[in-house]
Amino acid sequence: MIELTEKIRDIAKKLLKDGTVDVFIGYKKGSVPMMNEPVLIRNPDEADLLYWDSNCGLNLCNYLTGRTDRIGILATGCNSRSIVTHIIENQIRRDQLYIVGIPCTGMIDHRAVNRAVGHREITDITESDITFTVTGKGFQETFNKADYLQGNCKVCRHRNPVEYDEMIGEPVEEQKGIEPYSDVKNIEKMSCDDKNAFFRRLIDKCIRCYACRNACPLCYCPTCFVDESRPQWVGKSIDPTDTMTFHLLRAFHCAGRCTDCGACERVCPMGISMRQFTRKLNRDAEELFSWQAGLSLTERPPLDTYRSDDYNDFIK
Amino acid sequence: MKNLLEHTGLEPGRLHFSWISSAEATKFVKVAKEVSAAVRALGPAKYLVKRRAEVV
Repeated sequence: MIELTEKIRDIAKKLLKDGTVDVFIGYKKGSVPMMNEPVLIRNPDEADLLYWDSNCGLNLCNYLTGRTDRIGILATGCNSRSIVTHIIENQIRRDQLYIVGIPCTGMIDHRAVNRAVGHREITDITESDITFTVTGKGFQETFNKADYLQGNCKVCRHRNPVEYDEMIGEPVEEQKGIEPYSDVKNIEKMSCDDKNAFFRRLIDKCIRCYACRNACPLCYCPTCFVDESRPQWVGKSIDPTDTMTFHLLRAFHCAGRCTDCGACERVCPMGISMRQFTRKLNRDAEELFSWQAGLSLTERPPLDTYRSDDYNDFIK
Repeated sequence: MKNLLEHTGLEPGRLHFSWISSAEATKFVKVAKEVSAAVRALGPAKYLVKRRAEVV
């Protein structure tokens, strides 16, 4: 990890010094363990702030929207797919970007780690190749990283960036033999009432803070539908129906665009697994339109193209 | 949209989509009858109904 951090710093310094980019977007160590923060570096001297380990779960693509300068950006598999989505949606031009690809072996689920140590306060985390060690007052525990990956990383099929100008390190082997949508299939087997109860329970704790929306690189509308008041599309209370409406619409806005980067789930202060909504749409996009978001700069997404053989069984 | 709503617990048969031209009066009647029959068979809606705020 430390070698990769050094490489990122060197590349950022070089790019900023020779003027290839005006700003470099990467991660820095967070003020709290397991919470690395995005950082925008403009001065080569600040590049030593950059940091990389398995706690860089936020999607950096979120900081690209509408920028007019030249940007260097660090991109893992899912981040690079979000960047591709941004480019085909005309939110940024490819020639503005210098994408520094980084192979990713998955991010650590900070909630699972906190549970594993019985919610004692973790003050530090160190990482080796396949294990990580957390320390706090009076305890030190080592875990296998593979057992504590974020839900989306466990089922990830694109660990290596799909689009980059330069690659840091060798590409990692993609996970084989994973069943990407087993959770969705389990829900599909439930009865209608059980599904209803499942999703109602799922969003039960939602406080409508919109952290999921803010962390999502796809949510770049100047005014979000939840913030509009004329007309007011959705109730602003935490009534279950209002909350469900918000989550359904948020998810549907991501249909065919979501790369399952897991940023929404990671930032949720209540630990809600709202990926259950977007994953159903991802599965439909894949099954009905053979589409996985962000894999190609030349293909148009299913929702902005028409083909005469499009899925239309739902229309009478 | 229909798939997502039904995935999250809307009864199949509650939501219908159709494409009817303004010249297709008979199709409109047929679809309207089908929709109302299907929805009536399901009974009152339970999903996404807000009667009064359930906030305490």
